[in-house]
Amino acid sequence: MTKAADETAHALPKGPEVTTTQTKTPEQSGGTPKLSSQGGAAGDRIFSGAALTAGIIILVVLCAVAVFLVAQAFPALVAPQDQIASGKGFWQYILPLVVGTVIAAAVALVIATPISIGVALFISHYAPRRVAQILGYVIDLLAAIPSVVFGAWGISFLAPALVPGYNWLASTLGWIPIFSGPASATGKTLLTAAVVLAVMVIPIITSISREIFLQTPKLHEEAALALGATRWEMIRMAVFPFARPGIISAVMLGLGRALGETMAVALVLSSGPLIASLIQSGNQTIAAEIALNFPEASGLSLSTLIAAGLVLFVITLVVNVIARWVISRHKEFSGAN
Amino acid sequence: MSKRIDVKDLNVYYGNFRAVEGVNINIAARSVTAFIGPSGCGKSTFLRTLNRMHEVLPGARVEGQVLLDGDDLYGPGVDPVAVRSHVGMVFQRPNPFPTMSIRDNVLAGVKLNGKKLSKADSEALVESSLLGANLWNEVKDRLDKPGSGLSGGQQQRLCIARAIAVKPDVILMDEPCSALDPISTLAVEDLINELKEKYTVVIVTHNMQQAARVSDKTAFFNIAGTGKPGKLIEYADTTAIFNNPKEKATEDYVSGRFG
Repeated sequence: MTKAADETAHALPKGPEVTTTQTKTPEQSGGTPKLSSQGGAAGDRIFSGAALTAGIIILVVLCAVAVFLVAQAFPALVAPQDQIASGKGFWQYILPLVVGTVIAAAVALVIATPISIGVALFISHYAPRRVAQILGYVIDLLAAIPSVVFGAWGISFLAPALVPGYNWLASTLGWIPIFSGPASATGKTLLTAAVVLAVMVIPIITSISREIFLQTPKLHEEAALALGATRWEMIRMAVFPFARPGIISAVMLGLGRALGETMAVALVLSSGPLIASLIQSGNQTIAAEIALNFPEASGLSLSTLIAAGLVLFVITLVVNVIARWVISRHKEFSGAN
Repeated sequence: MSKRIDVKDLNVYYGNFRAVEGVNINIAARSVTAFIGPSGCGKSTFLRTLNRMHEVLPGARVEGQVLLDGDDLYGPGVDPVAVRSHVGMVFQRPNPFPTMSIRDNVLAGVKLNGKKLSKADSEALVESSLLGANLWNEVKDRLDKPGSGLSGGQQQRLCIARAIAVKPDVILMDEPCSALDPISTLAVEDLINELKEKYTVVIVTHNMQQAARVSDKTAFFNIAGTGKPGKLIEYADTTAIFNNPKEKATEDYVSGRFG
């Protein structure tokens, strides 16, 4: 189940794109001129069939996951509320988890997005070619590290290392609710989990952003430079506007990973009830909650966990729909016309 | 506003490869000068050294002097960014910023370096620049629409409006009509004729009729062979280049015997 929740989070951002290619393909093959040679036409049919099949498979898998989640979660949703999560009721149980999940992912993105865009820009527009290549490989390697390794690093190195910082935050910025003390002595807090998540999503956002930045048309870069733009002004004028939808997609993929990440959070976070402070122990995310409780769950408690997975699925879906909407809002100015 | 250009013994290198060799040329203010020559002869490369755009490619460098009214563009401490705001450029393919409206495209260069304009000033500048590019009447009702929605010829004139909005001394044009249809080409050529009243215009073109139509003076560039540097072969009044060129190579080229 944890695996399924993980996979939905990863598969989702790709969903809408696949749908569009899939709807286009039959039109294109239908419009192929009949003048082409026999082999070419057959190749066309094979390709469009393959593309269609691939698109359908993605949708079928997605639907199967959704159906499975709904069917398995159903008992928890209709059961008398006092039987669920030791009498708390499902919504009382899930709400703190939703908030914890969203906060952890949001903080992770707030940390990761500027760093990723900066690193990607450095690789694509500032670094000498050799340095850029090496850095690109390192970033891609970072993406291949299993999450349990990040979790182990977070628990054994990062959490203790952040404790002095948390104490400082609590004493100087303690009046802000999210930094209210006393800070956790072990450092196993939601903020530490968010930092680990940030490190995990940086490679994703960076490598996609880098690819997009590299695709900026030379024509537009030169247009900006020829007007007397400095390199940074050129980047703001030509690179960022061109890359904007790509950056949003990259951030959404990162968000998908941050929302669904299980192992690292389960290891790093010393979980507890929902609290506002990010530097005390407490809070929990949906994915980690499922992972920690799944082995002993059965019957109604199993359904409850699966219902929690369903909620995570819905959150990811909503986030992606919003991202698509943001991208499409500026279609007229996207340069596609 | 308009300034003259004097080039002394200019060599252009890409790494160790010498792309252009020993160019000496004097371009008068308020004139149109055309660079013609076969592909790969270095005329575009040379044009780009006039506003240091060749430096966009890593390893590109220059020996010699380019003087803009006596100021060396390659002198110590000269910022290429400042050079480019004095020497504007229009490219082979129209390249308005696709994410900007027509108005923002015109103002793009002016807004650089943190300059602030009042609303009235910017409206006036948009109108005068678009009027100057013969585009005002076609776009005045849709200044907020994206520049990429215009036709190719309109886009190219928008790029010219963008270039003249920063009030440059010189406007360089790198084959500005090669991606345009004949009617749009005519519109841009008419515009070039008007621009020379205010600016020094240098245009690279593959189209010899175009050079003959728009330019006061013409420079013919040629290469001895692949891998050899491009050279300025002949530079004279346009009528002289096309009617009685001094060099055999020029005559062969303008009469269509090669290139």
